[in-house]
Amino acid sequence: MEEWSRSAAPFIVLMKNLSNKEMTSWIFLAPVLFIHLLVVAIPSLSSLALCFTDWNGFGKINFVGFENFLELFDDRVFKKAVTHNLIWTGLFLTVPIALALLAAFLLTGVKRFQMFYRFVFFFPYILASIVNCLIWKYLFHPIHGLAAFFKDIGWESLATSPLTTKETSLYAVAFVDGWHFWGFLVVIYITAMYQVDESLYEAADIEGASKWQTFRYVTFPSIRPMFLFSFLIIIIWSVPAFDYVYILTSGGPAYSSEVVANFMYFEAFRNMNVGYASAVGALMFVYVFTILGFFWTLRKLGWEI
Amino acid sequence: MRISENKLRGAVSNHIILMVLALTIILPIMVLVFNSIKPDEEFGINPLGFPEKVRVMNYYDAFVIGNYAQVMMNSLLLVTGTLIMCLTFSSMAAFSLAVLNPNGKATILIGIYLLVGLSIPAQLFILPLFIIWKNLHLNNTVIGLILIYSALNAPFAVFLIRSYMVQLPRELFEAAIVEGASTFQLFTRVALPLSWPVFLTTGLVVSLAVWNEFLFAVTFIHNEEFKPISTILYSFQNRREENYALISAASIMMAAPLAILFILFQRNFIAGLTSGGTKG
Repeated sequence: MEEWSRSAAPFIVLMKNLSNKEMTSWIFLAPVLFIHLLVVAIPSLSSLALCFTDWNGFGKINFVGFENFLELFDDRVFKKAVTHNLIWTGLFLTVPIALALLAAFLLTGVKRFQMFYRFVFFFPYILASIVNCLIWKYLFHPIHGLAAFFKDIGWESLATSPLTTKETSLYAVAFVDGWHFWGFLVVIYITAMYQVDESLYEAADIEGASKWQTFRYVTFPSIRPMFLFSFLIIIIWSVPAFDYVYILTSGGPAYSSEVVANFMYFEAFRNMNVGYASAVGALMFVYVFTILGFFWTLRKLGWEI
Repeated sequence: MRISENKLRGAVSNHIILMVLALTIILPIMVLVFNSIKPDEEFGINPLGFPEKVRVMNYYDAFVIGNYAQVMMNSLLLVTGTLIMCLTFSSMAAFSLAVLNPNGKATILIGIYLLVGLSIPAQLFILPLFIIWKNLHLNNTVIGLILIYSALNAPFAVFLIRSYMVQLPRELFEAAIVEGASTFQLFTRVALPLSWPVFLTTGLVVSLAVWNEFLFAVTFIHNEEFKPISTILYSFQNRREENYALISAASIMMAAPLAILFILFQRNFIAGLTSGGTKG
């Protein structure tokens, strides 16, 4: 009993120092903090520690320094995956953004069916990756879907499967992911476009500006913060892109659609190379936070982001 | 006269482009719907069109062969469990940040912590998490996955609910305190009832995320009888590679509940899903 009171004494002092109000506010925060620390923070930190080891998930843990990273930079498949992620990011920064800007801009000019179009564009975004993949797995099938259709009408040269052809597999997977994603951009752009001052459009109308000029000099500058934000999330979301690759091609054929997340997944759960896979995770983490830091610095420098 | 004619022509060309874009979404989904009611033998001769003989029995077959009654229950259990845990914990945290201690240092610290947490790629922590879960015997259990989903959705839910609770008039809380309400009663009697619109939005987005989730489901649940619909559909696709009638019917059964919710609550869905966007 005495021992208990002695060891508890610092806590009692601490609790007296913390105001009652602060104490209750922490109690209300505790459950979320507990599960988030358990699920995200602690495993993330241990991953950052494990990337310097050669652990295989059960045996002895040996510290190996930067060996995993040296090995990674020498890994042919990993280098391929990184290149594919960069291509992926580049594709998503151009095609969906351009289409979404076009659609959102046109949508602000129509009154009829506007809700219908918005509904349609956004719809694939709420569908599960597995459902979207099934739709396109069928359409891109070597003998079913579009291939069968092209064969019927005699366009034999088009009757191939872009998912199983080495040259096109990465682009086909990116296409399916982009098909499901671009409606999201439409919605965030159109929200921003409706906040543009109506009088600017009237002025442009009086000046006799063309549609392109209106877009270039009125709409775009006004939605620039949202545009840059979409740039940021696309760069960040391209890093862990996984579902579509894993379901549609698993990185094949012959690693032609391999991406970093899929590479890491197979190293981790098939080969049980815990240390090696952690190194990949750590690099992804460093990359994402470098990008975030970059945007944050720009903001500090007075850019409107 | 001239201007209105120009405007009319502009509207027509707008509609043509928008319609083409809409068709690139509608047509592939139509093919899925057609396939789900197509008899097996028609796939060879009619790859894309509406079936000559409609076969609704595909749905029954998928339901029975895929054991979908059980699978839907698994997914529903995950969604319900996550909603209860995530919304309870997140609303408590949001209440703390918005009402109890809106200007404290803790608020800023927790805010930064949760923002960082949102940006960490899942690949960084999924493997150690898997090992921790194995040691805690939470692998292959529904509660284990509910815990993960609750934690993953919590930062988003806390931000959304907090941004709503901050706007509640402080006089209401002060009046309740004068009447002798405890902190807990402030939470259950004042903050929660007044915040229900944000719970609808948050709940819809969390349900969508859990119902559709793939990566954690495929990693943490290996037991067939606990598998949710997303991973069952994955193994269903792999097993019956060529039976498109059945997998199409199964996919539509997976998409239908969400499609109905989306039609009913389109505004809430879009507001919730893009709120990350407007906060920056």
